[in-house]
Amino acid sequence: MFRLEPRASAPLIWQVVTPILAVLATMIVGGGLFAVMGFDPVAAIRTIFWDPLFGPAASYSRPQLLVKAGPLILIASGLALGFRAGIWNIGAEGQYIIGAICGAAVALAAYPMDAFWIFPAMILAGAAGGWAWGMVPALLRNWFGASEILVSLMLVYVAQRIAAWMAFGPMKNPEGFNFPGSRNLQQYEPASNPELFANSGLHWGGVAAILALAAIWFIMSRHVLGFHIRTAGAAPRAARFAGVRPERLVAFCLGVSGALAGLAGLFEVAGPAGQITESFGSGYGFTAIIVAFLGRLHPLGILLAGLLLALTYIGGELAQMMLNLPAATVQVFQGMLLFFLLGFDVLTRYRIRRRT
Amino acid sequence: MIDPMSVFILLLGAATPILFAALGELVVERAGVLNLGVEGMMITGALAGFAAAYATGSPAVGFAAAALAGAAVSMSFAVLTQFLLSNQVATGLALTLFGLGLTAMFGKPYEGLKAPAMMPGPLRLNWMIWLGIALVPIVWWFLARTRAGLILRAVGENHDAAHGLGYPVRWVRILAIGFGGALAGMGGAYISIATVLQWTEGMTAGAGWIALAIVVFAQWNPWGVLAGAWLFGGVTVLQLRLQAAGVAVPVQLLSMAPYLATIFVLVLISARQKFGRSGGGAAPASLGRPFYALK
Repeated sequence: MFRLEPRASAPLIWQVVTPILAVLATMIVGGGLFAVMGFDPVAAIRTIFWDPLFGPAASYSRPQLLVKAGPLILIASGLALGFRAGIWNIGAEGQYIIGAICGAAVALAAYPMDAFWIFPAMILAGAAGGWAWGMVPALLRNWFGASEILVSLMLVYVAQRIAAWMAFGPMKNPEGFNFPGSRNLQQYEPASNPELFANSGLHWGGVAAILALAAIWFIMSRHVLGFHIRTAGAAPRAARFAGVRPERLVAFCLGVSGALAGLAGLFEVAGPAGQITESFGSGYGFTAIIVAFLGRLHPLGILLAGLLLALTYIGGELAQMMLNLPAATVQVFQGMLLFFLLGFDVLTRYRIRRRT
Repeated sequence: MIDPMSVFILLLGAATPILFAALGELVVERAGVLNLGVEGMMITGALAGFAAAYATGSPAVGFAAAALAGAAVSMSFAVLTQFLLSNQVATGLALTLFGLGLTAMFGKPYEGLKAPAMMPGPLRLNWMIWLGIALVPIVWWFLARTRAGLILRAVGENHDAAHGLGYPVRWVRILAIGFGGALAGMGGAYISIATVLQWTEGMTAGAGWIALAIVVFAQWNPWGVLAGAWLFGGVTVLQLRLQAAGVAVPVQLLSMAPYLATIFVLVLISARQKFGRSGGGAAPASLGRPFYALK
């Protein structure tokens, strides 16, 4: 038999290798799953992970990579701050939805005006909306000790119903022939978030994602706040003695991650999605949790993990079209990826020794 | 106008899935493990139970299959957290994401089918409602009055001491996780077999998370779980009644009520604990901490 021996610190090599192992294991087990379901496993894996980048339709699908990766990276970089400190914001999906609604509200109120300030005001409103939605669990935890995990999650379901209400009620497009859903912001130029370079897939959300990564890199490695966050996560009691105020940390982490998720929602509603609909929340908030973990809560890792999970979205759609694979395949892959990563993580934290 | 008996029956029906799942999670948490995968285990049970009930025409077989399926997926969580010492919060989340995906993938052929009718039990209540209520004193008795229950609580309160006394901490926890998975699976199946009577993707709609909140509300006491589940059932039924009565509030806003009520109750109970005004139970001391044995 084997036994585990704790390591003093996690070696860099294993931190890099374990996510790669997790991806490989997901491909192998996922392939097996496809075989059981009667699909050709090799073709399925190639369609999901290779074809979007280098296949015949790659010129169309490659820009999509940035479109999908942008919101994932933006949300995950915020979540990573909290996860480092042991603050679990599981409700980014709700903050994403509320950010989109607040941003869209500015645009719809301004319609059909044409002014330069509309888009910047939407960005502010989106961030503020997500921030406010994230502050609810923060304040309830600080004031009453309520679990931020459960409160932020409940607020996802509340946000989904607010989106449905908006789509059927206050935000319904008056010229929409009574169909639910708001005006399409892509057709309202001062409020739209178009591609910055033709056929690149890069819009302002992608730019914001890069800035967010740079900001969390700065905070985590160059600022005392990052030290506080890391100490609070590793040793909460020691952190108190080191002068860390846990309440402030909770408010900061949930507020920032909420604001970033809200921004992601705003860029999505003004860009690729275009309108508030009943099903506006598309699961980015949950997938971003996987991105944060797979990226080891590190900016560079999050960038790569965001691109990889974006790839599973696009590859999944492609496999749906080409091979008739069920739409939920992507979700299964993403869940499996997190499972394997958490499992292989034992290698970074422990040494495996033969029992003597 | 509204027959109180029929409202009570509706309330019991709405409460039963949460009651099962929360009782299971209560046992898991008393053993010192925080499994956030309840939603994933419930949705797995909802699909497996529906598929088995549909195939055999027997709801009883459906519930048995749901219990097995729930326990089976919970073992992935058990292996990761107990042998590979992974973070319980993250692993539970992974279980939920995985369960939601897997059921969406395998559930497609069952969409639009109808579940077989359940046999009515005494007092116009089906047998699962009775079973759920009966489980409350059984779980209480097990935890409070049996030797095995004492060991389980010891493992949850101080795993190092329990280990020192020679109790198999890991295996006690694995059994508890499996029991929690089985009950969550049955709770999920109640939604697909007894309430909605069909399978739809993501049909548990947060019930697993509400069950987690109800364990906190119950202060880790089975009787409190019963009270919490009935309270939740009451809010759900009330909200549905108001919708049916055509109250001038949008349907989408009314349907938020169960989630808002859950937050409200959570805050109330957390505040009571924080400001120490209650004699109620606190969380098991080892809750969520991975157990690592040197020898």
